[in-house]
Amino acid sequence: MRIIRMVCRAACRHVMAMQVDRRKGNSIQQGKVDGMKNVFATRWGIIGVGAAIGVLAAALQFFGNPANMGVCVACFVRDVTGAVGLHRAAVVQYMRPEIIGFVLGALGAAMLFREFRPRGGSAPIVRFVLGAFAMIGALVFLGCPWRAMLRLAGGDGNAILGLAGLAVGIWIGTLFLKNGYSLGRAKVFPRAAGWIMPAIMAGFLVLMLINPAPLEGGKSGVLFYSEAGPGAMFAPLIISLAVGLLIGFIAQRSRFCTMGAIRDLILFRQMHLFSGAIALIVFAFIANLAFGQFNPGFEGQPVAHNSHAWNALGMVLAGLAFALAGGCPGRQLFLSGEGDGDAAIFVIGMIAGAAFSHNFGLASSPAGVGPYGIPAVIIGLAVCGIIGLVMKDKAKA
Amino acid sequence: MSKTLDARGLSCPQPVLITLDEIKSTGASDLLIIVDNEASKENVSRALTNQGWTVEGVEEDGGDYRIRAKKG
Repeated sequence: MRIIRMVCRAACRHVMAMQVDRRKGNSIQQGKVDGMKNVFATRWGIIGVGAAIGVLAAALQFFGNPANMGVCVACFVRDVTGAVGLHRAAVVQYMRPEIIGFVLGALGAAMLFREFRPRGGSAPIVRFVLGAFAMIGALVFLGCPWRAMLRLAGGDGNAILGLAGLAVGIWIGTLFLKNGYSLGRAKVFPRAAGWIMPAIMAGFLVLMLINPAPLEGGKSGVLFYSEAGPGAMFAPLIISLAVGLLIGFIAQRSRFCTMGAIRDLILFRQMHLFSGAIALIVFAFIANLAFGQFNPGFEGQPVAHNSHAWNALGMVLAGLAFALAGGCPGRQLFLSGEGDGDAAIFVIGMIAGAAFSHNFGLASSPAGVGPYGIPAVIIGLAVCGIIGLVMKDKAKA
Repeated sequence: MSKTLDARGLSCPQPVLITLDEIKSTGASDLLIIVDNEASKENVSRALTNQGWTVEGVEEDGGDYRIRAKKG
């Protein structure tokens, strides 16, 4: 609670400082803007945001979300994909309000701080493919980087393999970046274009309100709700949505990114984002202890398997795809809320990847790797490797 | 005469990469870097500071940020 209060207090100070700056700034539109200090972008800001996400994720588990899955961007986007019937894996279908909140919370922050900038056109089709393979890789491991960290904080030893794979995938990505990899420049889009992704999310929320979850699960109007499995485990809608909005807001301000955390450490020896990711793990761990949710071990971990090689290689693929696309799944959602059309295409790619994963039997389950998961990871690594090699910014060469 | 780097439209981490490349490869002592979003402004400024550079000022110009920085 203390940490949440601290973050809220910091947010208030931030808003007040911004208002003062804006008053001053009007007369010197062209002048210095150094005074506009974004507290969330400071060392303590990013640590506070990571800590808040860790605590909130553990709390969501306490309120009903699946174990070690308080927030998992890959799993939750996959659940949303199932909720609209794009895949029919009956155990993972739920319109996760957290995902809706992430985009709309980031939109709110971007509007409030004049950072809503509709843009795009930086190799969208490549970003779509990266999003799809990122999801395929993440679902072989069973989690995005956020969940990998939450699994570790919940005592799941298999997460160590996933995180190691993630770091290797990102490291490969940095080699391509150093070699001149680029998806090219984005262009400014008409303002309305930036509203598409938030509008889709608002539409999902409306669908959910019109077609609420039946008590026993099953179909409700056009939406699918799991009757059993992780998709049937969820915190009350209002709590999920509120936490999603809050995380979306503070993550947009702080630029929190788990891929960037590892990438900046490797590429620039910079600890900034990394300190946020560490705070997430530490505070989720403490909160898990407090809620009695810490169960150390490798066997029988919730929504996990212990095929070590594929836990690692699935995340190598995901990490490489995130690095080439410039952000972890969470960051892509927050950017799409700021009007970034390229990030939105990555998210749509993740939805397509989730559909392929479950329709083709690529996704793992607690029983182990799916029947076609291994070839999918190999193909994904080959495709991402080729993308990393051949995509260069002509303007820079 | 300071050299200008145009990082507009580039996504993270490329604005930082081209800035650091310039610092390391040419031995420039002052730079003007143009970016078009807050996050890049923060990242480039942070990277310059880590390299021992001083960010002398950031001007906002029609949605772009012009970062003036000097070695030392």
